[in-house]
Amino acid sequence: MEGTALLEMRGISKEFPGVKALDNVSLTVRPGTVHALMGENGAGKSTLMKCLFGIYSKDSGTIVLDGKEVDFKSSKEALENGVAMVHQELNQALTRSVQDNLWLGRYPTVGGIMVSEGAMRKKTREIFNDLAVEVDPSAIMRTLPVSKRQMVEIAKAVSYHSKVIVFDEPTSSLTETEVEHLFRIINMLRDQGCGIIYISHKMEEILRISDEVTIMRDGTWVATRPAKDLTMEEIIKLMVGRELTNRFPPKNNEPGEVILDVEHLSGKYTRLKDASFQLRKGEVLGIAGLDGSGRTEVLENLFGAMTKESGTIRLHGREIHNRSPRESIKNGFALLTEERRATGIFGIRDIQENTVISNLKNYLVGGICLSNKKMAEDTAWSIQAMHIKTPSQSTQIRSLSGGNQQKVIIGRWLLTKPEVLLLDEPTRGIDVGAKYEIYQLILNLAEEGKGVIMVSSEMPELLGVCDRILVMSGGRVAGEVDAKNTSQEEILTLAAKYV
Amino acid sequence: MSQESKQLQETARKAVDIKNVGNFVLNNALIILMVIAAIYIAIINPNFLTTGSIINIISQTAAYLPAALGIGGCIVLTGTDLSAGRIVGLTACISASLLQSTLNMANKMWPEIGALPVFVVIPLVMLVGAAIGAFNGFFVAKFKLHPFIVTLGTQLIVYTMLLIYVTLGNNNGMAIANLDKSYTDFVKGPLFSVGDIAVPRYVLYAVILTAIMWFIWNKTTFGKNMFALGSNEEAAKVSGVNVFATTVLVFALAGAMYGFTGFIEGARVASNTANTGFNYELDAIAACVIGGVSFVGGIGKISGIVIGVLMLRLIFIGLNMIPGMNQNFFYLIKGAIILFACALDMRKYLTKK
Repeated sequence: MEGTALLEMRGISKEFPGVKALDNVSLTVRPGTVHALMGENGAGKSTLMKCLFGIYSKDSGTIVLDGKEVDFKSSKEALENGVAMVHQELNQALTRSVQDNLWLGRYPTVGGIMVSEGAMRKKTREIFNDLAVEVDPSAIMRTLPVSKRQMVEIAKAVSYHSKVIVFDEPTSSLTETEVEHLFRIINMLRDQGCGIIYISHKMEEILRISDEVTIMRDGTWVATRPAKDLTMEEIIKLMVGRELTNRFPPKNNEPGEVILDVEHLSGKYTRLKDASFQLRKGEVLGIAGLDGSGRTEVLENLFGAMTKESGTIRLHGREIHNRSPRESIKNGFALLTEERRATGIFGIRDIQENTVISNLKNYLVGGICLSNKKMAEDTAWSIQAMHIKTPSQSTQIRSLSGGNQQKVIIGRWLLTKPEVLLLDEPTRGIDVGAKYEIYQLILNLAEEGKGVIMVSSEMPELLGVCDRILVMSGGRVAGEVDAKNTSQEEILTLAAKYV
Repeated sequence: MSQESKQLQETARKAVDIKNVGNFVLNNALIILMVIAAIYIAIINPNFLTTGSIINIISQTAAYLPAALGIGGCIVLTGTDLSAGRIVGLTACISASLLQSTLNMANKMWPEIGALPVFVVIPLVMLVGAAIGAFNGFFVAKFKLHPFIVTLGTQLIVYTMLLIYVTLGNNNGMAIANLDKSYTDFVKGPLFSVGDIAVPRYVLYAVILTAIMWFIWNKTTFGKNMFALGSNEEAAKVSGVNVFATTVLVFALAGAMYGFTGFIEGARVASNTANTGFNYELDAIAACVIGGVSFVGGIGKISGIVIGVLMLRLIFIGLNMIPGMNQNFFYLIKGAIILFACALDMRKYLTKK
């Protein structure tokens, strides 16, 4: 880890209207090292990287690349000067081919105007061969699974032959084998002398791959330490700014009689096959499994958001059909969707509208006019009961943090007085601190006698909050375990059963 | 392998085949229906498939094609262009006024200038179109306005310019006619003849423009950038594409195409008023949609646009040939075709859940 700095960001500040996103942050990356950047959501990691990459312009501070001061005004300039980035959100032209995406913005040309398809194909094959990426260069992007698209994105960043490569949460959609593949690529780049900035929430990954770790909190620099001197607990402590003694609240819920009985549930357009399980009153049932194992499909087929092929659902022994979300809501179901931003919140609408949207008929006066008073009352209840931090009911929901947005949506569903709550990744993209509050909410609901089914990709969370855990594998139920008497190993073994 | 399992496989394969055939029919339903309609019209009115009628269909297709090729790019960017028709009108009037015959000075709009050479007028009107297109593109790219709004505004501005233009010089708002022979010959003169029916020269120009546009869309960095931008603007931006320049250029190119259409229309219509070109954009948009240029963005083919324009012309000319057909129903049929085309198009991009 000797040698001079490849990239030095000093005293970077950036202010958005009303928010100080970055306050005097510094980051130094040495050549031939992997530098992890950690922090809760909203800590400013991505903002810092966007300042480097020319997407945002910094308010103050200096960036020195390879001994020269730089200030990129656009992504193009950053790329031309040896800084590439794998973006957190997949930024791809899905209707175009893999190679068109790979060379976008720098197509090899004949005479400066005409694109040379031949050269493009040859260069694509070379890069894919070098990196052992197995993707057809002429395939249309949208026909590829998300993990392959992510690998294309990674190959693209590498293909710029940059000195500094930023990986912003590259593994969120990768399978385990592909994560290993990515790590081999990163190690190769490190050996070539590149400086890698690696952003991730996954502590195990960080401790494995990185040489140095910089931790940020609330837009400020907190610490930079060699990775080998850090432990997971220390990282959490630095990220949160306090010690998290208990990651999970105490469990006091007592499962009662069976309220929901699902038999042989199969999806028409999904790989879900023949899922059978029961849910008790006051119980939290977890659903574990790898990505693509059919976890989400269990909830969405049950809720009628996806079309069922076959199967019976009984609520209190009476058969129900749940053919559409509308019907399911009437039957006392509620679904918190996985993609909060895409299918959960109405971003530009305010807290009140986001709260009352699933329950509008209860606020009708005389059958046609919505009562502002009733809506305000219920919203006020939700804000208080869910501990939502918001300036007012008329604040746009997209300006809240992820945790608070999630609480608004949970509040929305509680207003429909559901009996069965289906929660899909309820703590995804939420700060460590706010997660605890969500867990508390879930357990309170169970204590009040609701049945909760919760899908999660975080094993400790399932073990800490659930009573029983259903393990999905290859679209089928691989097994059911008691959360108190199981281990991560047992669940992982089951999850791999039908892969 | 047992007999039974072979049979099972056979049944499965047949099921897949039937499904594929079904998909093919649905994906091409509009074109299949139009071909059926054309056959039907040909049966009830044999005149539909005479040489004269076919040449008429081809000529009309050629006349409407350049504007559709231009607007296609705007649709690929998930936009549209409502100013196309008015730009066609303005450039048609400009072309006609600069190319009036010098034999009858009394009716000439600009008596002090003679009939200019056509090769001066073509680039001039294409530049006028491109300038207005660039203006559209500037507002779209700079202020992030939806092209629908921008072009809704500019079409009114262009219409005003057009109304003022036809009152300039000696014209006093009259129809601009009495065109110079060099102009009408260049546009409408015979390219070649089939029997004693001539194919007009502008068919050749449409073919050339189609070839150029095909090259631009498929073979140039600009074309690829346009598709990438329409598919995912953010991706284009972070990959270093100049989003601003690409957007402005797409609209400017469209404007140049309208300019050329105006030049052709000037001679084709022969008597140009402020109403020339009115609503051309609607036919052009309809043709693009029928030809599979998707409002989803980032999808479209030049060949699709050619087919779209051809199909639309085929139906309109055909409808005229159905005995006893009420003209008023033309609009209904046009509307139905657009709705049907869009619904079929969306079907391709919806994922079943």
